[in-house]
Amino acid sequence: MTATVPTTATVPATAALALGDDALVLSHRLGEWAGHAPVLEEEVALANIALDLLGQARVLLSLVGDEDELAFLREERAFRNLQLVEQPNGDFAHTIARQLYFSLHQHLLWTELAAGDGPFAPLAAKAVKETAYHVDHAAQWTVRLGDGTEESTRRMRAALDALWKYTGEMFQPVDGLDVDGSALEQRWLAELAEVLDRARLSLPEGPRTGAWSAGAGRQGLHTEPFGRMLAEMQHLHRSHPGASW
Amino acid sequence: MTQNWPLWEVFVRSRRGLSHTHAGSLHAPDAEMALRNARDLYTRRNEGVSIWVVPSAQITASSPDERDPFFAPAADKPYRHPTFYEIPEGVRHL
Amino acid sequence: MVAVTPETGQDRALAAAFEAAVAADERVEPRDWMPEEYRASLVRQMAQHAHSEIIGMQPEANWITRAPSLRRKAILMAKVQDEAGHGLYLYSAAETLGTSRDELLDKLHSGRQKYSSIFNYPTLTWADVGAIGWLVDGAAITNQVPLCRCSYGPYARAMVRICKEESFHQRQGYELLLALSKGTEAQHAMAQDAVDRWWWPSLMMFGPPDDESAHSAQSMAWRIKRHSNDELRQRFVDIAVPQSEALGLTLPDPDIRWNEERGHYDFGAIDWTEFWEVLKGNGPCNEQRITQRRRAHEEGAWVREAAAAHAEKQARAHAEAPAQADADAAADADADAHAQQHEEARV
Repeated sequence: MTATVPTTATVPATAALALGDDALVLSHRLGEWAGHAPVLEEEVALANIALDLLGQARVLLSLVGDEDELAFLREERAFRNLQLVEQPNGDFAHTIARQLYFSLHQHLLWTELAAGDGPFAPLAAKAVKETAYHVDHAAQWTVRLGDGTEESTRRMRAALDALWKYTGEMFQPVDGLDVDGSALEQRWLAELAEVLDRARLSLPEGPRTGAWSAGAGRQGLHTEPFGRMLAEMQHLHRSHPGASW
Repeated sequence: MTQNWPLWEVFVRSRRGLSHTHAGSLHAPDAEMALRNARDLYTRRNEGVSIWVVPSAQITASSPDERDPFFAPAADKPYRHPTFYEIPEGVRHL
Repeated sequence: MVAVTPETGQDRALAAAFEAAVAADERVEPRDWMPEEYRASLVRQMAQHAHSEIIGMQPEANWITRAPSLRRKAILMAKVQDEAGHGLYLYSAAETLGTSRDELLDKLHSGRQKYSSIFNYPTLTWADVGAIGWLVDGAAITNQVPLCRCSYGPYARAMVRICKEESFHQRQGYELLLALSKGTEAQHAMAQDAVDRWWWPSLMMFGPPDDESAHSAQSMAWRIKRHSNDELRQRFVDIAVPQSEALGLTLPDPDIRWNEERGHYDFGAIDWTEFWEVLKGNGPCNEQRITQRRRAHEEGAWVREAAAAHAEKQARAHAEAPAQADADAAADADADAHAQQHEEARV
């Protein structure tokens, strides 16, 4: 049994899937931290963020169809999330860099959507508050790791560099999302620069997109670790077709 | 290099109009993180609208050894309580 | 059993006052005088309890990434998160007696302090998540509810909070098992298998029989504990048997039957050799649990160091700031945050 993505893309479906998959996949990655966080207080913090995102994902996917069918029965190529959010956790610095890049973007996006009267406005109004906290969490840690010890500075810089090439995709147009990508990008860069400045770090250099012209996550092209992530996430649900849980 | 974060006491105001009440403690490297950790730990079930954090080391407490000199003298001053006074029956608003 | 052997008249008076307060069901608070043995016994019990919470995250976290529905995934994440929180509450309670969390974690990591043996069993299927919620949390709750009236104030208060939060833990487990039991044949079998594996270890959670329990009598006298191991175990069985019937699952003990005379369910003999073996470290997951715990701690060391180093830099900048005309922006921002806090404190 395989769930199909609506091919006649009714306007919000593509956008809802894109945003929903972002939240779903990042929530899953954060969930992998459970029992592995650097300090107990951070177990609680990461789980809070993961739960916020999972909540957002469930609302968004339900706009398109059955949340579980969409989460557990789609093939890798049908997922529309950014490649950024599917990147493995790496060390804590990588997780924080991923959080910083994504949350800043998501916060700007939700703010914009909350201000409009589109189909996402009600969800955005709630999500924007959650995401403001996610930004704060990531920024606080970026500052502490960036301006902490020699080792933490080195790790934070390496993480920001490693994930930099996945950040360009965030500003590509998405069908049904009425936002100005390049304006969003300018604000994102400014806010990011401000956090990195406080962390005594600078913006990474180099291209912000991969060299592969075929596209990226929004087109259903993902990185290899994503397939394994889905295999783990979906296997139990798929092993019992039609069962309820 | 130390990895030991100091201990903080957390006070939570559960609703507007109520005072902050001691909720518990936690570890954090600094005040900003202490506030955030407190938010995550002590208000994740909607228990608060405002939080104070105080370094545990900054609290000066009365000593249990002084319990008697500190608190016993207040016990025999019943005239500080309204119930001490006898008012004729039927007198109202007093 | 006598608690203390006071050397001087003053000690004797303090000890007498302590015993009288405990006997009168008054709470003991951190800075009160208390016998050394009472303090040691409490630290040991609170630490073991805290360790159990954080080690207990592992068997359940094992299924977060494979939860079969998004609803179940959210529930499980929230539950495992609670366990981290409960560990935190309990470490804090232990710290009121002057032992730092780092010392306690050290003792856990080096095997000098224990955690509940139940977490040395593996979670092999999704149904194990349900069985843990229903049986393991059920047993834990039976144990914990009386601890809300424990003689040591901070422990009792932590337990009140924990019991309140945990009330959903057992229910979600039961609901999960019910869905499986009423589901497909394969799901039902999965649920039954999990109950078969978790039932006996759950009964062992109450500790050895009363006549073999090393710390029980003294803990009862000090009102750290209020009911004996066997008493609580019986209470749990009496509650669980009818619940299993409503679930449509059988408990793996042919000797379970209602005893009209006692007004309780009889149940079969527990295999204590297994209990002692697991306790000694020969359970299926002892090594794995501690290794993961230790690794998380070691791999997090640089993060904790970084935050501590940053805080130190900020504090130094703060101290120097008034003298410096060009105090750096970070210190300013920090000062603003402080001013804001003061402002709020006054409101």
